[in-house]
Amino acid sequence: MYSVGRPDAATEPMLPRLHRVRSTQSDGPDVVTLGLEPEDSQPMSFGPGQFNMLWAFGVGEAAISVRAGSDGLLLHSIREVGAITRALCAMKLGDVVGVRGPFGSGWDVEDGRDRDVVLVAGGLGLAPILPAAWEIAGRRADYRRALLLVGARSPGQMLFRRDLEQLQSRGLEVQMIVDHASAGWSGQVGLVTELVERSDFDASSALALVCGPEVMMRFTARALTDRGVPAGAVRISMERNMKCAIGLCGHCQLGPEFVCRDGPVFDYERMQPLMKVREL
Amino acid sequence: MARRDLERLLAELTPFSGLRDADLTTVAACGQNVSFAAGTYLFREGEPADRFFLLRQGRLALEAAEPGRGALVIDTIGPGEVAGFSWLFPPYRWQFDGHALDRIAAVAFDGSCLRGKCDGDPRLGYELMKHFSSVMTDRMQSARIRLLDLYGQTAG
Repeated sequence: MYSVGRPDAATEPMLPRLHRVRSTQSDGPDVVTLGLEPEDSQPMSFGPGQFNMLWAFGVGEAAISVRAGSDGLLLHSIREVGAITRALCAMKLGDVVGVRGPFGSGWDVEDGRDRDVVLVAGGLGLAPILPAAWEIAGRRADYRRALLLVGARSPGQMLFRRDLEQLQSRGLEVQMIVDHASAGWSGQVGLVTELVERSDFDASSALALVCGPEVMMRFTARALTDRGVPAGAVRISMERNMKCAIGLCGHCQLGPEFVCRDGPVFDYERMQPLMKVREL
Repeated sequence: MARRDLERLLAELTPFSGLRDADLTTVAACGQNVSFAAGTYLFREGEPADRFFLLRQGRLALEAAEPGRGALVIDTIGPGEVAGFSWLFPPYRWQFDGHALDRIAAVAFDGSCLRGKCDGDPRLGYELMKHFSSVMTDRMQSARIRLLDLYGQTAG
């Protein structure tokens, strides 16, 4: 059984462990979730927000955040955006994938204990947020208000609806908003930042975890700090072109930081000046 | 709701917060309490926009009807928010349909009444315009960011 907890020490970080595809599921347009089982039967422990490097042999390697560990399978949700992710999305049951990881800092969910926690996700940014949401749901009494605010392009592209319903029933206040909708949608239409403005939480002491496209995170972080959340209490998950995943190659360097090693989760306070540098 | 209660309510809401007490009294004089059942259309595209609404309860969907596709929802507006800016500018016609998603309780303001008061008191007009511009800017920014179609990009 996979567990969400302290990550394994990566003893051979450059050596992929072979995993076999045991489940595939379409989770919306262009998004596929692969359930992977290790060939060596050694389960992987990961922290919420960490990522693995998934290797489609003969094509290449891509950084994909760990969505969950479920029924002995490690779940990764992948959007088809290029050659590597296309190859991963096309995997069939029994195919073999190389897995290196888990890597990165992840969400420090413990930091939200006895505080209001506000999780904000946009698009596939929901995948890395879900392990944090489930950890909070598992120890719900340790937190005060727990909000999960989710934005998507349209109702049909609202991902992981089953998780959202289950998290709602486990005490998280789940709110969804879409860019546009047809008349059948009874939820909200607008920008995810509007949910930040409308939601009731104690901004001065809240912990906020934000994941999604960088522009969305920038606007969301601004909305949170405008509400009074200290910049140091806003955590964002950065995305850059990860290659080695251990801070050696420099592909994901962002100013003085290596996103793979020092992140991908950073304080907004630390990232804010770097996000203003257009060349980075 | 008594006029005094309405003034107190207005003072707490963005389009009117910061107005002087006398201004709130003037604005409140143009408002009246209304309610609508879920499913009702508060206004329709092309109709004269002779009023706007300050929602107290319930949610309103701004829709555009597209033949063959039905109604497309552009925005939703909730408690404490304003529905309607078309009363401010000629030709004073609604640009979209306003559809009650839930039972709505609101304050409806007579647009021509308020415009008349603003014409007679340019200082009040300027104050109100500043406040409404702020709300309109927020809506425009939201629409602009959504035009970027952010969620199609890779993340995670």
